[in-house]
Amino acid sequence: MIPLSWYLMLAAGLFSIGLFGVLVRRNAIAILLGIELMLNAVNVNLAAFWRYGDVKNMAGQVFAIIVFAVAAAEVAVGLALVISVYRRRNTVAADELDMLKW
Amino acid sequence: MPAELIIWLIPIPPLLAFFIIVLFTNRNKALSHGIAITAALLSWLGAMRVFQLALSAEQLGLNPFASSYPWLPTGDTWLSIGVLVDPLSAVTLFFVAWTVLMIFIYSVGYHNFGKPAGEHDRPGLPPRGAAEHGHTGPSIEPLYSRFFAFIGLFAFGMYTLVVSDNLLTLFVGWEIMGLCSYLLIGFWYAKESARDAAIKAFMITRIGDVFMLLGIVYLYSATGTLSFREIFTEQILHTLATVPSGVLGLSAAGLIGLLLFIGTIGKSAQFPLHVWLPDAMEGPTPVSAMIHAATMVSAGVYMVIRMFPLISLDPHTLTIMATIGAFTALFAATIAVAQNDIKRVLAYSTISQLGYMMAALGLGAYVAAAFHLVTHAFFKALLFLGSGSVIHGVEHGALETNDHADPQDMFNMGGLRSRMPITFWTFLIGGLALSGFPVLTAGFWSKDEILAEAFGRGQLAVFITLTSAALLTAFYTMRQITLTFLGEPRSRAAEHASENGWTMTAPLVVLAVFAISAGWVGIPHDFLGLTLRRGWFHEFVGSTLAQPEEAVAFNVVPLLASVAASLLGLLLGWLAYRNVKTAAEDRFQIPLLKNKYYVDEAYDFLFVRPAVWFAEIFVSLWMDRGLIDGVLHGIARATAAIGSAVRRYFDLLIINRLIGDGTAFVTKSAGRGLRPIQSGRVQQYLILGLFVFFLIGGLLYYFLTMA
Amino acid sequence: MTIAQIIFLIVAAGTLASAVIVVTTPNLVHAALWLVSTLFGVAVVFALLNAGFLAVVQVVVYIGAIAILFIFAVMLTRREQRDFGQQMNRFWWLGALVAVATFAGLAAMLQSWSGLSGAAAADLPIGFDSVGALGDALISPQAFVLPFEVASVLLLAALVGAVYVAFNRK
Repeated sequence: MIPLSWYLMLAAGLFSIGLFGVLVRRNAIAILLGIELMLNAVNVNLAAFWRYGDVKNMAGQVFAIIVFAVAAAEVAVGLALVISVYRRRNTVAADELDMLKW
Repeated sequence: MPAELIIWLIPIPPLLAFFIIVLFTNRNKALSHGIAITAALLSWLGAMRVFQLALSAEQLGLNPFASSYPWLPTGDTWLSIGVLVDPLSAVTLFFVAWTVLMIFIYSVGYHNFGKPAGEHDRPGLPPRGAAEHGHTGPSIEPLYSRFFAFIGLFAFGMYTLVVSDNLLTLFVGWEIMGLCSYLLIGFWYAKESARDAAIKAFMITRIGDVFMLLGIVYLYSATGTLSFREIFTEQILHTLATVPSGVLGLSAAGLIGLLLFIGTIGKSAQFPLHVWLPDAMEGPTPVSAMIHAATMVSAGVYMVIRMFPLISLDPHTLTIMATIGAFTALFAATIAVAQNDIKRVLAYSTISQLGYMMAALGLGAYVAAAFHLVTHAFFKALLFLGSGSVIHGVEHGALETNDHADPQDMFNMGGLRSRMPITFWTFLIGGLALSGFPVLTAGFWSKDEILAEAFGRGQLAVFITLTSAALLTAFYTMRQITLTFLGEPRSRAAEHASENGWTMTAPLVVLAVFAISAGWVGIPHDFLGLTLRRGWFHEFVGSTLAQPEEAVAFNVVPLLASVAASLLGLLLGWLAYRNVKTAAEDRFQIPLLKNKYYVDEAYDFLFVRPAVWFAEIFVSLWMDRGLIDGVLHGIARATAAIGSAVRRYFDLLIINRLIGDGTAFVTKSAGRGLRPIQSGRVQQYLILGLFVFFLIGGLLYYFLTMA
Repeated sequence: MTIAQIIFLIVAAGTLASAVIVVTTPNLVHAALWLVSTLFGVAVVFALLNAGFLAVVQVVVYIGAIAILFIFAVMLTRREQRDFGQQMNRFWWLGALVAVATFAGLAAMLQSWSGLSGAAAADLPIGFDSVGALGDALISPQAFVLPFEVASVLLLAALVGAVYVAFNRK
């Protein structure tokens, strides 16, 4: 039987890798990829806690479903934003989008 | 519809008309007067329906039409507003509705609707005529729509006042009328005299209004209510009559009555606050009719009659009222004799007739006062509209002949009888009613009743004064009719005068009918020893109060005095003026009378000049520039000296260098140092945020687990 | 070591390795494809957890829709974004530090959590249908119908918002 801690470690690893992507990638689309990794890590956690807790209580899976929905929404809006920004500024590099400073 | 609902609705149409005209239809003259007259007609219909219902109601005095609505919370009680129609309000509504409607219709013709706009006309000046078919004809008033908006608001004020069931809304209507009189007297605002007259009217009525407001406030603090029906209960009246006010030894009721009466002195132009009313002739003539007959001055008398149960509690107040009323009646009548302006004669006659009403109220004869109020409203509206018609006709002649004679001076008139027949006959009826021509006219019955009351109650001084005033009234009325209509024209303008259109003559005819018939409802039941049916008016209005006054028994002396004064005055007037050609031949042009007893001059000397002196010399020159400015300059110099010292040794050194520049330096260098982290790049912010989060989180964890 | 554990370890290693490539590869199309691989690994993990529905949704929605969307977005913006050149910003070392710190913090917290050691997955009850139970829970008024509906509204709003934002105004 697989211990719960394995799943949680996998999720923590995925989350950290995703966070690294979000923090350091210059390309805005790559940042969104990182966010997807982080959301997946959360979903692994939710599913694992459902399985290792009371399986009759479907809250874990329901939350995972809702995370799917939110992720879909986030990707749709995020990519729309990226494309819109690209049209105007002809770049998708996050560190060039600094109009709001100073 | 129930009567109460109609009563609520009566004041609304003119108010709506005012707003609609002002906001929307200002540019369209035909639409504006259409709206205003429709509104007046709706109110008229409502008033007539209420009057009809009032006639058929049983015991209207005890169970008036009333309804009220809580309006303003005042602590733990509510200030209610409401409507009330008892017999007094019903007859007042009757004459107000008729005269207002007639004046509205008349205004259409008076302001030359349908005539072209004059090329020299300016807003704020009377129209000067326009060329039409090769000769000069009348031109339309430039501010035509504005006029109808204002008289609409005026009518709203009067209706509100009449149907109010409490002093507060009555006062609201009262003040609206004050505002409207200001706006309308100053309607031709580009004329300096009109501006001055408007300000004068506003200021002088304001004096009365302030006292009236004091009275209302005192009444409210003493009783906790302003509703008529709540005040006029035995208990409250008794309390008010017995509680001393601490002023002049009057009871609370006496003081309140006196304060309210001072309001009426201002509004109804009694001596010594009468000076505004003659000057109010600067407004257009329909306005004069509005102020003199339908609304403003009637409101003063109406308010006193309305508050009569309270005012009559203290005999001192009544004595003061009777004295002022009788004095004013005679005083104004003497002035009227020496005036040449056709409208000014009428203005003084109004003051005089209002004096009659005040005297009657002072005697306790409130029904007689109400009766005279009604008849006077009709015949005085008629006379004013008639005089407006005369002026209009003469102006027409003046335009045609290019004659620049004053169209209001009676010595420029004469012989208008054949040229303006309808105006002549109706004006004659009005004049006879004013002078109390026996039996036929309304004025006779109402004036005779007041004289009879004065005689019957043993007030001989009042009786004699009023009888002399009646004589003078007949005299100056006949003088006016003779100078205006009889004889030969004294100017080319009068020669070419012509009758006016139906919008001006039709109201005259309607009002003439009332000037005759309005008196028949008040014929005393024991007139000349005949046993007639008891006077309807007396019975109806007398039922307003719980205890109707007892009718004074018929006496032949006042009747004879009244008839004699009237006929003698008319005869003398005709004899004295039938051959007068110019103002110089007029033997009654006594300077004292001509100058209205120098009351204006006295006020100028007593109040205006001292006020100006006080303001310009004492306050401005001595106090302001000498004393206060001196002190201020001293303070300023001292302050400046201290200031420069502080600046040099404290501000520049410590504040500026050390604190000011120091802070700026620190902030600037700190900002410069921190500037790189505000890169605008999301990822850097995120990294920094998380970095700090881990730093703080790690430290917290470390210390918490150690502890 | 049971077979399930071995499978898990292989899948987890593959998933993490793919994830590392996702965030480090300079070629964005490759990154998106490696993301597919990662997501597939997560789907296998869901299957190992007896969450069959989640595994299917993971494949259908994430791999089938979201990942493809990414590839489209990459291609739409690819003209400017070169594959060579600096793909990471100047603070990549700081970002790495933070990521490692996060992992370390999470690991430390898991180590100190007492519920971790005793937890063992109970067998599923006989005849338990996790998909059916999930469906009931999603539309039952006693459970999660409201969040479910709100999620649908959110999707609609995101749809409208995405169209509006990306609409090319000329």
